[in-house]
Amino acid sequence: MYAYIVRRVIYAFFILIGVNLITFALFFKVNTPDDVARLQLGVKWVTPEAIAKWKADRGYDKPLVYNEAAAGRHKFTDTIYFEKSVEMFRFNFGRADDGRDIAYEISTRMWPSLALALPVFLVGLALQITFALMMAFFRATYIDFWGVVLCVVMMSISGLFYIIGGQYLISKLWNLVPISGYATGFDALKFLLLPVAVGVIGGVGSGARWYRTIFLEEVGKDYVRTARAKGLSEVVVFFRHVLRNAMIPILTGAVVAIPLLFMGSLVAESFFGIPGLGSYTIEAIQAQDFAVVRSMVFIGSVLYILGLLLTDISYTLVDPRVRFE
Amino acid sequence: MPILPVILWTDALVYLLVATVAGFVWYVRRHEHLRAPWWRVAQTPAAMSALVVLTVFILIGLLDSLHFRLALPAAPAPQADRAASRDVAYAVEVKSALDLLLSPIADKPERTYSAPLATHAYAKETVESQDVDGKPGKQVRAYPRLRYGGAHLQDPQRDWRADVLLSAFRGMALALPLWLLLSLVLVAACTPAERVASRDFWHAVWRGKTVVPWRAILITLALLLLVAVPMALLAARYHVLGTDKVGLDVLYQSLKSVRTALVIGTLTTLVMLPFSVLLGIMAGYLRGLVDDLIQYFYTTLNSIPAVLLIAAAVLALQVYIETHPDLFPTAAQRADFRLLWLCIILGITSWTGLCRLLRAEALKLRELEYVQAAQAFGVSEWRIMLRHILPNVMHIVLISVVMDFSGLVLAEAVLSYVGVGVDPSMISFGTMINAARLEMGREPMVWWSLASAFVFMLALVLAANLFADAVRDAFDPRVRVGGRKLRFAVGR
Repeated sequence: MYAYIVRRVIYAFFILIGVNLITFALFFKVNTPDDVARLQLGVKWVTPEAIAKWKADRGYDKPLVYNEAAAGRHKFTDTIYFEKSVEMFRFNFGRADDGRDIAYEISTRMWPSLALALPVFLVGLALQITFALMMAFFRATYIDFWGVVLCVVMMSISGLFYIIGGQYLISKLWNLVPISGYATGFDALKFLLLPVAVGVIGGVGSGARWYRTIFLEEVGKDYVRTARAKGLSEVVVFFRHVLRNAMIPILTGAVVAIPLLFMGSLVAESFFGIPGLGSYTIEAIQAQDFAVVRSMVFIGSVLYILGLLLTDISYTLVDPRVRFE
Repeated sequence: MPILPVILWTDALVYLLVATVAGFVWYVRRHEHLRAPWWRVAQTPAAMSALVVLTVFILIGLLDSLHFRLALPAAPAPQADRAASRDVAYAVEVKSALDLLLSPIADKPERTYSAPLATHAYAKETVESQDVDGKPGKQVRAYPRLRYGGAHLQDPQRDWRADVLLSAFRGMALALPLWLLLSLVLVAACTPAERVASRDFWHAVWRGKTVVPWRAILITLALLLLVAVPMALLAARYHVLGTDKVGLDVLYQSLKSVRTALVIGTLTTLVMLPFSVLLGIMAGYLRGLVDDLIQYFYTTLNSIPAVLLIAAAVLALQVYIETHPDLFPTAAQRADFRLLWLCIILGITSWTGLCRLLRAEALKLRELEYVQAAQAFGVSEWRIMLRHILPNVMHIVLISVVMDFSGLVLAEAVLSYVGVGVDPSMISFGTMINAARLEMGREPMVWWSLASAFVFMLALVLAANLFADAVRDAFDPRVRVGGRKLRFAVGR
């Protein structure tokens, strides 16, 4: 098993290199620093000197991958690729356009994101599974039918409307919690209550319906018929046999999302004014701050690949039948 | 010629899509094994009701895809000149057939916000009051009359309620014969004539016992007409859904948004479809190094957060448009190019799921006897993939196309909010929500833009979801597709 995991880690590293190359091509070949400078400095009235200064300030005035002028090892290290892309592997992201250190920003903004995303994930998962369990237990009855209808309607509503509706109803009309904002420590609770609730409700529709199909697939299997045949009651069959076996695909499927929780949610954070990584990303996109966007792409990919890795590992831990080729 | 046809990029692709669908229908009708699952879809009441709603949306979208530039009225020129030059000047603005159809409501801009069906503006303005004897009086703060909304009323306070109710009733009364006519045409087009003529058939329809769920279809049609016809009548004299900040009719905006949503929902999958089908089948069938490379490729692409990849690509496009202004002579062409680009980049971020499914299916299929028989006969590998694998994975492609649609429509709204969606000048649900969300804080609240976007979007996405479910159930109940992709929505 360890050999398998080591192999997966090496594979993950190669994927990370691929991501790195793609983002490099996207940010320096497709959007060249000259184009970005022109966009930022105003398209019409821009002088070559202004562009050169802009590039020099940010360290973009070097060759892309191979520096003819430098000597020895510096032929490769004194380039944009090395300084801007390879350095990311050491979590050295450089500075944003406003001069702040990106790595520092990320390390402080990570926690508000997590404070929002983790409860949404945990409560959401619990609620989705409970709801799915109920529909699957009362399958082919009116409870199941109307449950599915409710799920389909809920997943047909854009997430933006959940946020807007929640803010209007809870904060503006009933005045229960602040509309947006954030505080540290326990004060954060009242700011997080509404975003968490909205996030949970927004995810219930698709999640519950998805888990219901997993439960139903499990109910149709042979061992369930065997369990019924030996005289177990439907409740015992369902909660002891079906539930346990269905939890394998559900939990291993959910694992992939865990590392990404650090990234936070783009829309919810900016609507609720939570200073997390999601709102940081949105601000960077709107300010066209390429250094930040590039760093977030890298972080996001690292976390996603970590999620894949965790999924692989959790499969091997949970289900002994999984074979390693 | 009074008009100059303009074919935008997405228009061309929409026509291509229509042609493809028509060809597909023709092909399916001639093959029994393909007809059977569609017949199962046709027997699902929810799916057929959804199809009625979707058809209306698609008609709106198609009307909105016929673009042209209107000829300007000839400039007054000397007689000799006019005879010599046959050239007609065309307006710079690109219009669509839908614009022309909706010109009664689109060309009546108010100054700013007005509530649905209102006769007076939403906010007080300083106006000059008129004395009884008609002399100009002093300045007062009052709600001014709208320029067009309810302009025909003498005394809005007294006549407004009666006028609106009368129009609504007239609309409903008109909807009834229209419904009877449409139902008869629809049923007669799909059922043998002798059955339509029989009493038993209509009895069965009434009790909902027909094989095709006619009762559900006709009820949906009736509800649609009951809403649409009164609204159409009222729209001639009022702004049925109000106006937005710059005074543009919200109903017009909602109808225009439909095309954007449909284009994003369909073209995105269409653009990347050949690519993902080819790679998926190649990976699963050829295995070995090809499989490793393709898997590596899509895992890498999948690892990049979708929103950020889209953001980077859209920023790149902005740079490109700014530096090549000569390629995009009109604003419509610029917005359209951005829409196409958004479809492509959304496609690039979402094709991997389908590719993975097809790979898994091709892995299974290549072990089956008929494929091995083909191999034993010495059929070339490309031919096996084309003749034996491809037709047998088509159901997965179809399911994934219909399942992806609603997710993409929802994604558009989020992307427009983030600022990397469609061009800000293009009317879409995303731009509508984006413009309207700050209005919730106003006092009194401006709710109608959001409410309209909500209702139209819900109708479209819900119908799409219901139809997609029926298609999935009919084609393959075992395949698990979609559901976990493209969820940049809340919480994830």
